[in-house]
Amino acid sequence: MCMYTRSIFIALLIGLPAVNTWAADSDIDQLKRELELMRQTYESRIQQLEARITELANKQVETDRAVTSRPAAPATTAQRSGQNSFNPGIAAILNGKVNSYSHDPDNYALPGFQLGGEAGLSNEGLTAEESELTISGNIDDRFFGSITLGIHQDESETEVELEEAYIEAVGLANGFGLKAGRFFSEVGYLNSKHAHSWDFADQPLAYRAFLGEQYTDDGIQVRWLAPTDLFLELGGEYMRGASFPAGGSDNEGKGVYTLFTHLGGDVGVSHSWRVGLSGLWADARERGAGGDEHAHGGGGVEPSVFAGDGNLWIADFVWKWAPQGNPTERNFKFQAEYFHRREDGTVSVDDGAELTDYRGTQRGWYAQAVYQFRPRWRIGGRYDQLWSRNRGSDADVLNEAGLNDDYDPTRYSVMLDYSRNEFNRVRVQYNRDKSRPGNADNQFTIQYIMSFGAHGGHQF
Amino acid sequence: MKNLVMVFVLALTMVSNAFAEIRILTCEPEWSSLARELAGDKATVHSATTGLQNVHKITARPSLIAKMRRADLVICTGADLEAAWLPLLLRKSGNPKVLPGKPGYIEAANYVTMQEIPTSIDRSEGDVHPQGNPHIHTDPRNIGRVAQVIGERLSGIDPENASYYARRLVDFNQRWDAAIARWENEAKSIRGMPIVTQHKSWIYLIEWLGLERVAVLEAKPGLPPGAGHLASIAQQLEQKPAKVIIRAAYQSPRASEWLAERSKVPAVALPFTVGGNENARDLFSLFDETLRILGQFAR
Repeated sequence: MCMYTRSIFIALLIGLPAVNTWAADSDIDQLKRELELMRQTYESRIQQLEARITELANKQVETDRAVTSRPAAPATTAQRSGQNSFNPGIAAILNGKVNSYSHDPDNYALPGFQLGGEAGLSNEGLTAEESELTISGNIDDRFFGSITLGIHQDESETEVELEEAYIEAVGLANGFGLKAGRFFSEVGYLNSKHAHSWDFADQPLAYRAFLGEQYTDDGIQVRWLAPTDLFLELGGEYMRGASFPAGGSDNEGKGVYTLFTHLGGDVGVSHSWRVGLSGLWADARERGAGGDEHAHGGGGVEPSVFAGDGNLWIADFVWKWAPQGNPTERNFKFQAEYFHRREDGTVSVDDGAELTDYRGTQRGWYAQAVYQFRPRWRIGGRYDQLWSRNRGSDADVLNEAGLNDDYDPTRYSVMLDYSRNEFNRVRVQYNRDKSRPGNADNQFTIQYIMSFGAHGGHQF
Repeated sequence: MKNLVMVFVLALTMVSNAFAEIRILTCEPEWSSLARELAGDKATVHSATTGLQNVHKITARPSLIAKMRRADLVICTGADLEAAWLPLLLRKSGNPKVLPGKPGYIEAANYVTMQEIPTSIDRSEGDVHPQGNPHIHTDPRNIGRVAQVIGERLSGIDPENASYYARRLVDFNQRWDAAIARWENEAKSIRGMPIVTQHKSWIYLIEWLGLERVAVLEAKPGLPPGAGHLASIAQQLEQKPAKVIIRAAYQSPRASEWLAERSKVPAVALPFTVGGNENARDLFSLFDETLRILGQFAR
């Protein structure tokens, strides 16, 4: 700044003698003009100087700001989005299939097991069944809510079914979790998985036989997660018992309770696993099967009604491999579950005209492996088997109800699917299905599963 | 039976209380490294992912839920980078200390100025992040900003050691500022260097060092590069060559190496984060290594 002041003085000193020389030999007008010129020069210099001072001052302020408040840059863009936004996440899953069967799907049966719930084969031919609409989000800082509508095509009617509608408490202390409403029970490994995340177009036979494809009911669930490096979770559910494997409206609204425990961890960075053991105790009154309106199969047996107690145990095991923990390129998944059930009660057919006491011991298992051998492409194989040993005073009634135990259903499945990305999957599947005695049913399925909207991650 | 369970639970609680230091879980290894700088031996720090993993696509594994259950402080990038797994971990872990909005939860992206905020959000555009490009840690000045936040939170969570954390923060800031000055000086030779990137993971580095991104291999973020798009980039590079094609260590080398062969522009993997290669052991060596590799392509 000092330097500039000095240069103005110099300018004035240079200017003054010039004025003197000119004034000596010219008139007043010229003098005035010269003075005006001098004033202009002087003013422009002052302006330059002022501009320079302002610039320097601004720079100083900037430096100061940078020094004092460097770290706390303002959050210019930090709006919340995704699952945390004000608006709930809305996800739609579109699921379309073409099914071809070599046997009549209306005669589908699993000898030794009553088919309840949704159990049965998917519609033959083109079908856009089982689309899902999920709306979920944080209700407030304490609760998460989710509602899933399943849209099914059943014969000529479109049914909208409430698959899940639950609230989940988040941030209960000490590892506790609480869920209430209607939800898929946490028993087994696959039961809580939505259809779009299955690795095959259909459920394992054991799920069809023991849980009516998938057990969903109204109730409450309490979970506790141990404070250990090893994942250890204990939980229990108390359910209404309105759907298979319980069922019946006379249940006073409390027909099923379950207990489950999960143990899991990693082996190195590439392997992870989970094992589980679940128990389900069902009090069934008037549990309809065979002629049930939801069941697409069951045509080969008489509608029957079971009343009594059932006790189901499920052991499950899942092992996943992803090189360096990156599943995008290649990954492998193996899972197996074993089911064991005892049922004790009575079975009646012909609207209760014929009745027998019934004790069933039924077992089943499946194992499946899915390998993503290159990005987007997966191949998988699965094997299913069921056994039953059913006893009753009237063997004819048991036979009519489809509980004859002289045949063990089995099934082989292979599938290939292609996923352009996580929102988009196309699958072909072949089942060599020996659910029924006689020749195998050759079942072919082409399926697409597309999702759009907010879609959170899947559980392990 | 009941007694047995109670004994078991008590034993577990005792085991978990035996270690008094705080537990920090970070979503990415760069925040683990930063947390170690700032918390020293007062905390055990664990990262949910490694430098060789694609953090967009991580499975919510049981082991991670178990880690989340016991965390006192969770540090993640945010801006939906971990949208596929972090919300699930938080919901399943029953740990109110680390829920969003609580002192035990830090989303780094909330404390820096975001770049590449999309004007429209549509899945047909690929894996877009509505809040902007989440790969903020490739500019070390952003790490300095997040350090301030972590330092303050540590003091709040563990007030007994507040002065310790404050000292470490000041010490880190000094070393970090000196390192940034050194890196900026080193990077003069690569200012204006034209580069091709695989994923849009480098915008903050590019802005910081004044590089020029002439092409991105992923036509749409998160979707694998298509053959047609790669061919058009190869053509573009013939007219206006770049110095180097860069990708993150966790990414498949296929696309960038194909292009390198076609265009004669060399392809190279940068560590991207701590643990991305064997030299990138902490935040300081991460940027040392990044600049060393980029410097090789300066002329």
